[in-house]
Amino acid sequence: MSSLRSHDRELITQHSALITMLSDVERAEIEEELLHYPDKQAGCVEALKVVQRHRGWVSDESLKSVAALLGMTSEELDSVATFYNLIFRKPVGRHVIFLCDSISCWVCGYDIMRKGLQNRLGISMGETTPDGRFTLLPIVCLGACDRAPTMMVDDDLHEDLTTEKVDRVLEQYP
Amino acid sequence: MERPLTHNIKPRAEPLWLAEYEKAGGYESVRKALRTMTPEEVQKLVTESTLRGRGGAGFPTGKKWSFVPMGADAPRPKYLVVNADEMEPGTFKDRLLLEGDPHQMIESMIVSAYAIQADVGYIFLRMEYGIAAARLRKAIKEARAKGYLGRNLLGSDFSFEIYLHTSAGRYICGEETALLNALEGKRAIPRAKPPFPQVVGLWGKPTIVQNVETLCNIPHIITHGVEWYRRLSRGKDGGTKIYGVSGNVKRPGAWELPMGTSIRELLEEHAGGMKDGFAFRGLLPGGASTAMLVEEHLDLPMDFESIPQGGSRMGTGTMIVLDDHTCPVGFAQNLEHFFAQESCGWCTPCWEGLSWTERILQSLEDGQGRMDEIDVLTMHTKLLAPGRTFCALAPGAMDPLQSLLKYCRADFERHIHEKRCPWRDEPNGADGARTWPVSSSMIVPTR
Amino acid sequence: MAGIIVDDRPYQVDERENLLQACLSLGFNLPYFCWHPALGSVGACRQCAVKQFRNEQDRQGHLVMACMTPAADGTRISIEDPEAKTFRASVIEWMMANHPHDCPVCDEGGECHLQDMTVMTGHAYRRFRFNKRTFRNQDLGPFITHEMNRCIQCYRCVRLYRDYAGGRDFDAFGSRNHVYFGRHEDGTLENEFSGNLVEVCPTGVFDDKTLMPHYTRKWDLQTAPSVCAHCSLGCNTIAGERYGTLRRILNRYHNEVNGYFLCDRGRFGYGFVNSEERIRRPKSRPSRDGQTIPIDKDMILRELGPLLADKPSRIIGIGSPRASLESNFALRELVGPERFSLGLSVRDAGLNSIILDILRRGPAPSASIHDVEQADAVLILGEDLINTAPRLALAVRQSARQQPMEIVDKLGIPRWHDAAVREAAHARFGPLFIAAPYSSWFADIATETYHAAPDDLARLGFVVAHELDQAAPTASTVNPTIGSLAKRIAAVLGQAERPLVISGTACKSEAVIQSAANVAWALCKTGTPAKLCYCLPESNSLGLAMLGGKSLEEAFSIVKNGAADTVLILENDLYRRADALSGDAFLKTASKVIILDTLEHDTTAKADVLLPAGTFAESDGTLVNNEGRAQRFYQVFPAEADIQESWRWIRDLAVASGHPAQPNMTAWNTLDDVVLALSEAIPVFRRLAEAAPPEKFRMIGQKIPRQTHRFTGRTSMHAPLLMHEPKPVKDPDSPLAFSMEGYLGQPPSPLITHYWAPGWNSVQALNKFQSEVGGPLRQENPGVRLIESFGKRTVTYFTDAPKPFQALDHGWLILPWYQIFGTDELSARASAMAERIPGPTLMLHPEDAATLRFKAGERTELMLGNRSHRVPVKLDAAVPRGTAALTIVSDFTDAVLPAWSPLIRVAEP
Ligand SMILES: Cc1cc2nc3c(=O)[nH]c(=O)nc-3n(C[C@H](O)[C@H](O)[C@H](O)COP(=O)(O)O)c2cc1C
Ligand code: SF4
Ligand code: FES
Repeated sequence: MSSLRSHDRELITQHSALITMLSDVERAEIEEELLHYPDKQAGCVEALKVVQRHRGWVSDESLKSVAALLGMTSEELDSVATFYNLIFRKPVGRHVIFLCDSISCWVCGYDIMRKGLQNRLGISMGETTPDGRFTLLPIVCLGACDRAPTMMVDDDLHEDLTTEKVDRVLEQYP
Repeated sequence: MERPLTHNIKPRAEPLWLAEYEKAGGYESVRKALRTMTPEEVQKLVTESTLRGRGGAGFPTGKKWSFVPMGADAPRPKYLVVNADEMEPGTFKDRLLLEGDPHQMIESMIVSAYAIQADVGYIFLRMEYGIAAARLRKAIKEARAKGYLGRNLLGSDFSFEIYLHTSAGRYICGEETALLNALEGKRAIPRAKPPFPQVVGLWGKPTIVQNVETLCNIPHIITHGVEWYRRLSRGKDGGTKIYGVSGNVKRPGAWELPMGTSIRELLEEHAGGMKDGFAFRGLLPGGASTAMLVEEHLDLPMDFESIPQGGSRMGTGTMIVLDDHTCPVGFAQNLEHFFAQESCGWCTPCWEGLSWTERILQSLEDGQGRMDEIDVLTMHTKLLAPGRTFCALAPGAMDPLQSLLKYCRADFERHIHEKRCPWRDEPNGADGARTWPVSSSMIVPTR
Repeated sequence: MAGIIVDDRPYQVDERENLLQACLSLGFNLPYFCWHPALGSVGACRQCAVKQFRNEQDRQGHLVMACMTPAADGTRISIEDPEAKTFRASVIEWMMANHPHDCPVCDEGGECHLQDMTVMTGHAYRRFRFNKRTFRNQDLGPFITHEMNRCIQCYRCVRLYRDYAGGRDFDAFGSRNHVYFGRHEDGTLENEFSGNLVEVCPTGVFDDKTLMPHYTRKWDLQTAPSVCAHCSLGCNTIAGERYGTLRRILNRYHNEVNGYFLCDRGRFGYGFVNSEERIRRPKSRPSRDGQTIPIDKDMILRELGPLLADKPSRIIGIGSPRASLESNFALRELVGPERFSLGLSVRDAGLNSIILDILRRGPAPSASIHDVEQADAVLILGEDLINTAPRLALAVRQSARQQPMEIVDKLGIPRWHDAAVREAAHARFGPLFIAAPYSSWFADIATETYHAAPDDLARLGFVVAHELDQAAPTASTVNPTIGSLAKRIAAVLGQAERPLVISGTACKSEAVIQSAANVAWALCKTGTPAKLCYCLPESNSLGLAMLGGKSLEEAFSIVKNGAADTVLILENDLYRRADALSGDAFLKTASKVIILDTLEHDTTAKADVLLPAGTFAESDGTLVNNEGRAQRFYQVFPAEADIQESWRWIRDLAVASGHPAQPNMTAWNTLDDVVLALSEAIPVFRRLAEAAPPEKFRMIGQKIPRQTHRFTGRTSMHAPLLMHEPKPVKDPDSPLAFSMEGYLGQPPSPLITHYWAPGWNSVQALNKFQSEVGGPLRQENPGVRLIESFGKRTVTYFTDAPKPFQALDHGWLILPWYQIFGTDELSARASAMAERIPGPTLMLHPEDAATLRFKAGERTELMLGNRSHRVPVKLDAAVPRGTAALTIVSDFTDAVLPAWSPLIRVAEP
């Protein structure tokens, strides 16, 4: 905190208020990650992911809270957050479908999968279904090129996709 | 045929946990190294083994280690980092090792750390590898409980800790210096070399970054010796290699085979040849950033020495096959889309050049290509050469494009003459920019 | 030196440089963006590519980035190589792909580095035919505009703002070709050096917002070398005018002083020159309670002449630390040294003269800002630099990088390799000890901070000095905390190679100033070449101290005793110097109060006669900065009608009075005459004339134009009134002309009116004016140091360490808390500043507040100089117990501070 502008000590109070906006569980998980590094900033991506795991995405408010906890400014943290593809700074659906659009999957039928998903969900890439159930996103190579086409729903990898299989898979995610 | 790296790995099965792993000879190398060898002796062994990095560049591992300051007045702590970012499209070998045999990873790290006297190890894992993360966590916990990690390992005066870092999705994190910035919680922009990470690395301290597969070789070299190791290979560089084939082949997959196995053997024997109805047009031998090889190159052995004879690189050793049902321009567009999206935004030729390239390819696919823009593409393949961009991402992006322009020029021209993609009935309508839900209240894309 | 070969010709260059710097120093036109002489190399833009050859046989060569390649002996390169040229043109082509073609309406147009580099590389035709990316812009506050679409992602802005200036509310967001430079959300950029973005950004992303309401192209500006009027550091500036109003301030490079950067007060505080509250005509006030009425210049002189002639011994002259040496000297000549007052209280004048005395006595020489950057261990005693001498704070940030450089050097990393340097030094900072009553954000890099009342700070200084040299007196009853802190400080300073002690007048404490001298002297005595840097309150505080004169109290009592009744006040608001009661009494007693000034203020409200003086922009003169460097500022534009330099008014008064006492004065026609008289009259000013070339100086028989080469904007300025161009106004005081005509080459450094060279229209043209890029200007740097302490002399320590500070039960010691925005009298009246000036506040330790049952935000009543004030209270644990810090803004001055006052909570709804 030393580098906060000292004539704005209220900021510090504000900051403590911000920190308490994180749940105890979130804070504990973040503190746990911080043990792995010699300085707090190094844990910032992990910290953002902790929040994202609990809240689905990282709102401005959460971002500020995490920044306060790590002694970073919101600029510093958002600068990192917006660099990475998988830190969501906008709300996403209950489940996120990551459809691999990299070369092997593309060669093996990505386009068919994409069209299938878009039709079934009625949304384009990057969008969320009106009921908030799914967000559809492209993702880079999932490292399962021998089982292309592939997609990941939340944390689960699904391989050797066919349009029918995609339909079946989606049913597992209410 | 010996398969030291994948010996313990059974498809779709749980990996060996500590007790079984030890029973199968696990952690032998740690005992041997810590009890009977000096760090210098381990380094020497690795140098003599002719092991070369499996992350893409093929740099001799022993040589890399030799730059690390050793001795009492070397800066501390020193770090060992495993590059498990594996985001190169078409590459699926490290996941296999991480999920299939997590203890092998830990063991590899311990002996390697001992060799360079590293104090802390990080596994830099891409976020999407959730299963690998869980298994590694469990393995680390087991190893720590058994005294393979922590203070004074096996009663020696060597101490070592391992932490798992999971990233948040960014191909450039795999570039070893960008990876260091990522680990420090910064934007993953590559660093200028020199100074090399071996001297000024993580938090300014000496650091070795090594690919997963590379490290997994080390315990076996220590346990079985250099002679044995070199004999595993059919070529000049020692050991086995995990090769992979993806695309429209009969049996896509990954196999641990002697280094120097020929492309033809991989393609025809192990992958079973092309799927019925598909004809072979070419392949990227080692991931998305390697130049395409064609029929005439099929008899080249897949190793660091031979593939360059065909004008390409061995890269990660996992190849992607281009078939006759696939549009080569679309193929290029897909690759350049990836690279343009994954550019870190640091150096001009890359952040703008790649995006321009991608958009030209897209317009070709949309039937709006222009002949003079083929020249612009060619210009980019020449301008974005190593040394001219800040890191190897952009040159890597140009390798496949350059070769596609060379071998499939007629296909590019057909797109222009026919004002459409001959492989498609409709414009492919690929989404231009990847629409990530990143904070973009200030970044308003126009397309 | 290293021998390198560029396009087959041999050259000698400095091997510590990179090839880009070396080539630019050799005069080659090699384009670049991300590199900056003060920020170093990072190799991001790839614009500076050249062909390097391994040896004579190598005909193939390979491209390298010049900025990332050492200028090692034997290096062979080609700039002209076709492949290199093509690559450089391509880099521009890439940058231009998304860059708007809005040059005609772009604020940067005509002084744009991107335009220059585009022309330089020869890229001309657009092949990119796709949509451009667009961004939303942010409101970054009153100083800086934001136009992100123009961005070329060179990363200079973040490197300046964050790495160099320590700002943390600005960063790069996103990635690929979508990198966004700004804040997390709209809001004022907090950093005090944000204005440098304007010059560091090579395009029009960040521009001077204060210029926008009266925007003018660079080529339509009339510009002159100037010196910042807003603190004692004397940063060099270039001030620009059009149509009689001052339009903007740019940095003027001075290797020893401000280098490449200014603070935001210096850059954006110029607006007072154009203020509605300017005194533009002579005025007289027929009745003391009435209004002033404008009066003809000759008439007022005719009226005042006899008054001054009749009773020369009954006049008292009151000088000013914000007026030029020449004006002060003129006043002193007019009234005589005996009746010349410095316009400062005994206390304030005393503080300045102690500093002068210390700097003169030596052995520790005064440090320039450049010296401060080079210091490898720093002790700050009693100053809150970011507020009292902002540019110095920026320099101290760089000094903190000196010790870590040892690691960098050991690793063989060249110092220009900025990214690598920062990685190797990884968050290490060299020793910096800050001992001050309160802290600012700038303490983030401090090794240790100590907050205490002024007496205790002085005591710390004494103890440190004693630790270094047992012969130096120590303080009595030192508590162990101070004792061990002093030991640590002494140990670090004693081991440093270039230690530095910074202090000044902010605590209003002689003892603090003296203790700082003791520390530096003890270092010198024990063989460490320490330097001393004192911050003074105003732009000419030290010059005035050199001139010498009576205190304000003495002036007051002379009038009170009836020994004088006419008062001539030079550019001074006495209510900022003395308590209101004595000020009132003085002005009331005097029978005639004549004031020469630029802006109306509390004192002018009581004047009988007001004479319009020129601001820095309308006059020439010399200021002596805190290190004792005399620097000349030049008139930027002819003043309107009756406004003229104060010294000219005084000369006119002398002439009107037929002045018998000083016949010489009536013969003063030019500034040179005054300078000559001053340098003859007072020995310390012996070398004053060396500060700048005399009026007679010509380049090939020509004057140096203040206007850029012929452009229609200026030639047609008067067209609606008169078809032919009016004759330029003559400048009798300097070799500069109010004209487009004159010498077009490079003038001597004090006379540089703007940076321009063929092909270089932006501020980057500065490269062409330096003897080597990043080094001193060609032909020595402007200005002359008037005090140099030579050699090692015997040290006579100050002996009076104060007693420990004792808090009182019911009184608080109110200390002045200076503000970068708001404290300085002139800049506070620039409209652009309004938003940045904080409201009056009293800062209190939370525990003290608790005893008083105060909550933050409540108001307190306090008594200062017999007047009661109400101010809101803020809490800050860094404020020493028993003291309180009062912001010196709006009506509050430091005239009677520090002072004890009770604090009474004001019950308010
Ligand atoms: C853009 C880019 C991405 C890379 N991604 C990876 C990666 O995901 N995994 C990896 O091991 N190496 C990757 N590399 C190579 C590494 O920079 C580095 O050479 C490697 O980790 C060194 O390990 P090795 O010597 O064991 O191969 C990448 C390189 C570049 C330029
Ligand atoms: S080539 Fe340049 S912009 Fe591209 S990833 Fe590397 S450093 Fe970043
Ligand atoms: S100036 Fe050399 S790369 Fe930017």
